Amino acid sequence: MRGDGGVRGLRPGRFAPLVVLVVLALLPYSTLQVPGLFDGVLNSPGTLQLLALCLVFGGVALSYDLLFGFTGLLSFGHALYFAAGTYVANLALTELGWGLGPALLLTSAVGIALPLLVGGVALRVSGIAFSMVTLATAQVGSILVLQDPGGLTGGEEGLAVARDPIPDALVGVFNTVNKYWLALAYLALVYLVVTWVTNSRAGHVWQAIRENERRVEVLGLRPYGFKLLVFVLAGLLAAFGGVVHLLLLGGSTPRVTTADFTLGLLVMVVLGGAGSRWGAVLGGVLYTYLDSRLTDLAASPAVQDLPAWLRVPLSEPLFLLGTLFVLVVFFVPGGIAGLVSRLRERRGGRARPAGDGTPPPGRVVEQLRDAAGRGAGVGAGAGRPHDGT
Amino acid sequence: MSTFVLLAVTGLGLAALYFLVASGLSLIFGLMGVLNFAHGAFLTIGAYGTWWAAENLPGAGDGGWSFVYAVVFGVAVGTLVAALVELLLIRPLYERHIEQVLVTVGLSLALVALVRAIWGSDPRPFPRPAWTQRTTSLLGAQVPNDRFLLVATAVLVLVAVLVFLRTTRVGLVIRAGVENRSMVTALGIDVRKAFTLVFAVGGAFAALAGALGGVYLGSISPGQGTSLLIFAFIVVVIGGMSSITGTAAAAVLVGLVQQFANYYAASGVGDLSVVLLLAVVLLARPGGLTARVA
Amino acid sequence: MSGATAAGRGDVLLRMSDVHVRLSGSHILQGVDLAVRQGGVTALLGRNGAGKTTTVKAALGLVPSTGLVELTGADGRVHRLSGRRTHEVVRLGVGYAPEDREVFGGLTVAENLALAERRGSAHHHDRVFELFPELRTRGRQLAGTLSGGQQQMVAIARLLLNDNRLLLVDEPTKGLAPLLVAEVAEVLARAAEEVTILLVEQNLTVVRRLATDAVVVDQGRVAWSGSAPDLLADADRTRELLGVAPSGGHAA
Ligand SMILES: Nc1ncnc2c1ncn2[C@@H]1O[C@H](COP(=O)(O)OP(=O)(O)O)[C@@H](O)[C@H]1O
Ligand SMILES: [Mg+2]
Repeated sequence: MRGDGGVRGLRPGRFAPLVVLVVLALLPYSTLQVPGLFDGVLNSPGTLQLLALCLVFGGVALSYDLLFGFTGLLSFGHALYFAAGTYVANLALTELGWGLGPALLLTSAVGIALPLLVGGVALRVSGIAFSMVTLATAQVGSILVLQDPGGLTGGEEGLAVARDPIPDALVGVFNTVNKYWLALAYLALVYLVVTWVTNSRAGHVWQAIRENERRVEVLGLRPYGFKLLVFVLAGLLAAFGGVVHLLLLGGSTPRVTTADFTLGLLVMVVLGGAGSRWGAVLGGVLYTYLDSRLTDLAASPAVQDLPAWLRVPLSEPLFLLGTLFVLVVFFVPGGIAGLVSRLRERRGGRARPAGDGTPPPGRVVEQLRDAAGRGAGVGAGAGRPHDGT
Repeated sequence: MSTFVLLAVTGLGLAALYFLVASGLSLIFGLMGVLNFAHGAFLTIGAYGTWWAAENLPGAGDGGWSFVYAVVFGVAVGTLVAALVELLLIRPLYERHIEQVLVTVGLSLALVALVRAIWGSDPRPFPRPAWTQRTTSLLGAQVPNDRFLLVATAVLVLVAVLVFLRTTRVGLVIRAGVENRSMVTALGIDVRKAFTLVFAVGGAFAALAGALGGVYLGSISPGQGTSLLIFAFIVVVIGGMSSITGTAAAAVLVGLVQQFANYYAASGVGDLSVVLLLAVVLLARPGGLTARVA
Repeated sequence: MSGATAAGRGDVLLRMSDVHVRLSGSHILQGVDLAVRQGGVTALLGRNGAGKTTTVKAALGLVPSTGLVELTGADGRVHRLSGRRTHEVVRLGVGYAPEDREVFGGLTVAENLALAERRGSAHHHDRVFELFPELRTRGRQLAGTLSGGQQQMVAIARLLLNDNRLLLVDEPTKGLAPLLVAEVAEVLARAAEEVTILLVEQNLTVVRRLATDAVVVDQGRVAWSGSAPDLLADADRTRELLGVAPSGGHAA
């Protein structure tokens, strides 16, 4: 995708992320009222908090897309690394009384070691077996947190973070704007890293693994090392997301350890467009926004006064999001990014890669389907379907 | 000794639940290549269907035959939902496995949320026949009767499935399809009919597990299916992904390990050892315990 | 049966026009055109990876394809196969023996045959057991434990069990000992007396023995088609198209 020559620098699409970043960075200075979308003015703490949450999950979704969309690894355990981020940082701050810097260092170490360990084992099998091992190991995290060993994790109650070690600028409702900027910085960091690595040589190998792992082997490369690399990187980025989430919420909740949390990430990525950077980010932002707003909507009089057959389903955001997701899989292959690139193609009359120079989103799931169809996706397990062999 | 017996029978009871959920999962995966995340929702639907019938259907209740009637209703609802899911959502995505998995993920979220929306997220006391709460003495241990109910049902289901797979033409098609789906179609057989059947039967077993799980735990909640599902997935993988007998053996293994480790080590250790077991099995034998279908 | 003229010997039984197949991003068949005449054995030849197997699978609908595939029915009506599901194509009277036999290793021989019994067709167990008496005695053996030659017998038995109009046979002699190659060729020769065969075959001795027509594919396209004896008589052309020279000898 690098071949499109000197003009690429001039394409407005190249600057779009930067423009978005500047707009988002300046947003807290706006006192705009956006009726319907947000309750308060844009720079009210409530709105900023919601926006910050959206940005964090945009970043976490992108880290998951690195695995699923860019490399074709369907992990069901990404929650583990996010949860490790929030709980390890929380324990370092609260139990050990460390400062934010050392806590961040410890979290980074765990954020590398944990996916290295899990990935080292899980990547020995492929396809569905890989998905299952990741699911099971993440379940370990969930069980551990809920068991509340030694009263450390707070079990179902969650764990509030100690205020003292955290810089004042990141504490309290009045400093929501700083937390917002922190979330934005996290998203920008993830975006930069993902852009950089997906355009590197490793990124090309990941893409080749997604398209046809056997071909990579034939070329004399060991997919295992490359897959482990992306697994660790995605895990580390998710762990950082956990830390930002911790600072944003002032605590850790066991909800982020569950399989449903990972499924939520999967929904975000597919919604936005697997294999597209901005798609995954948009998916994360949109999902988080909808989840929060639909919860508010459910409690609003407008919904409470509806007849039961309408009120009941509307009162559960997950019902609506799950249904939306099924509809997207059926009718909007490639998610939002796929839709946009199809529209562009139609208008431009000429195929062109999506704005961020990755393979056209929407093709990703198709390619995975082919890979699974060849039986390559199913682990070394017996009784594998021999499609079309 | 009596503790040991009680733990063993309870572990087998747990294994029975795992088997009921995992057998459908493994048949569906083996034949269709679909990892069915909606299976936990089928379980939840079966549990709530039974509970609803016992509360509302005339003639159904929590004693003897009226309880059986309630269970039949719950299982019927679960079966119907599963069959509809296959026909309307899975079949149009024929052979597109990733999309099929994604659809079942969406369904699992939506269906459980719908149950929560209708009946709330708090656990509901489950109607159970009084005799399931009494105990029978076995080798010096006082074993609650519901354990026997679970084990007997699972054994019955296992035998029925094996007989069906080994003696009927559809069973033959399913066994062959698990081995090589496309060759079955190349013999002029419409394998999709078997898909619907397997999905419906898998849904029925999951719904049955939901009802029996309600008896075992005494209450039901919307999230129950999902947490059981994860262990059922582990059972399926350990059992070799598509083998009924392998699934049965793996269910027993997982149920016993979990029960004993939770008791003798510490609560929670059992769950962890199951995951360890999965890792060990996968590393030692990537194909799981067995390779045959039936 | 309507009063339509039944298709006679020499008419086209199977026609593929401009068939394209794309799999995981590779354009594997790039516009295959071929016709299989009723009543003969058409050899489908080509180097390894030329697209022979894919052509057969495309005809059966086992791989997604574009283009037109048509089969002339017993009543002379032309059935469009493109877009049909594999089992529907097969029920029109098309038998398939795949390249790697693909018998069901976990089923017994008897179960393999029972599974192949097609609805709406007579089942000729006598014919099968007369040709392969071993399959009767080994009925309860798991097919996975059979030798390669015995597995090929099961695969061919599946073809002959039903009334078929067209057999698609993909490299039936691959990996077999010479004696078995001759036996398989003999069985196919007998089958060819009653049914049309499209035969993918690398062994030119077998081709010489059986084939009336030949189609050569190369890199996903038909490179040559015509009479099989003509092709084999022209050693230079055979070498050019297939990379091997036909041996002078006769079939064993
Ligand atoms: N499922 C598939 N995905 C990608 N490429 C394939 C697939 N199946 C076959 N091919 C490729 O298509 C070409 C033709 O294959 P095939 O039809 O099996 O050749 P032949 O039977 O003539 O040896 C080969 O290069 C092969 O590698
Ligand atoms: Mg071939």
